[in-house]
Amino acid sequence: MAVTPKGFELPGKSGKSSSGVFAPEGTIVTSLDAVVNWCRKNSLWPMPFATACCGIELMAVGSSRFDIARFGAEVMRFSPRQCDLMIVAGRVVMKMMPVLQRIWLQMPEPKYAISMGACASTGGIFDTYAVVQGVDRFIPIDVYIPGCPPRPESILRAVMDMQSKVQKGGSALGNQGLPELRQMEEQLIQIRTRAGLPGVATERADESRFGYRLPGGESLVGRTETR
Amino acid sequence: MTTKQTSKPLPDATLARIRKRCGEGVFSVSSHLDNLRLYVPGSKLVELATILRDEFGFHLTELGGADYLGYPGRSPASHRFEVHYVLLNYDTAERLILKSGVSDPDPTLPTLVPVWLGAGWMEREVFDMYGIVFQGHPDLRRILMPEEFQSFPLRKDYPLRGRGERHNFERVTREDS
Ligand code: SF4
Repeated sequence: MAVTPKGFELPGKSGKSSSGVFAPEGTIVTSLDAVVNWCRKNSLWPMPFATACCGIELMAVGSSRFDIARFGAEVMRFSPRQCDLMIVAGRVVMKMMPVLQRIWLQMPEPKYAISMGACASTGGIFDTYAVVQGVDRFIPIDVYIPGCPPRPESILRAVMDMQSKVQKGGSALGNQGLPELRQMEEQLIQIRTRAGLPGVATERADESRFGYRLPGGESLVGRTETR
Repeated sequence: MTTKQTSKPLPDATLARIRKRCGEGVFSVSSHLDNLRLYVPGSKLVELATILRDEFGFHLTELGGADYLGYPGRSPASHRFEVHYVLLNYDTAERLILKSGVSDPDPTLPTLVPVWLGAGWMEREVFDMYGIVFQGHPDLRRILMPEEFQSFPLRKDYPLRGRGERHNFERVTREDS
């Protein structure tokens, strides 16, 4: 006796009622990108760049009470090469910034970044000569978390926001592979061979309105040493 | 009966012995609460420190600097910077502070590394923060600030927010990384 397979026929393109493709029972039709992004967003591997007190709160999020594992992001790795989500938790000083940038560049694509806490996002109360006023000036940040320190719940909220962002953007085949790497190499060579730059970035040029800067010109800061 | 409660960790007798050993005019003395300070010119610093170490058993416990630019009540004739060396005798628990002043444009003091090896990193820190040069230091590099940093951030005429050094990094964009 012949068995009739259960299933349905995929709908055809406009004008045709059927595509002639038979899909067996249990088939889900979606796009490749959606599936890949779904996988990515539920297996984020964070890189905990915890430089200060915010890092303690980040540890709490990893522990059983708040349990970031519920969102598939519990695999904190201490090698950037195994991570795709950087969480900058805490203030970043001048001397640390090149390190942060290098770690960011070492993370494989696709990668995302969360700036956690007032210090990482804006410098917080540490408006001093050594503390970078917001890491987003120097690396791309996807999600910001306010607070000093943020509650663990808001970190989980940020992970969920990150997930929806991952789901919406990105493409499985979008990575250009080698040409992109080549471009990065060229960029790095450019950075390394650049001479000293004026000490004040143009967008902060109005800082002296409070009289903070001294006469005598702006300092030149060498580019290459800390890289 | 006296109501004055200041303790005297350094007995007058010891001070008298130090004075006798070094001769008059090498240092001047002042005190605040139980701190006894000997002000010594940079040229006599190593000599006095060596005597205090070898004959009086003092060890270096702390070394730091201060910038007195615009300090209220300070006479304009006195030095702008002061470096202090806090000494302690481990056996008798006597405490003593050496102070030495320097001024712009050439803030230079002799190093005390040959006397107390532990002065090395502390002198590097004073150099890093105030730009005081310790002549003869074996390795006078910056210790806290990045190598390419050009100012001395704890000087009073250095702006609290810096001169823009903290903004001067390459921007890594999404396209670059
Ligand atoms: S935001 Fe607050 S808790 Fe976080 S690093 Fe800054 S000072 Fe610490």
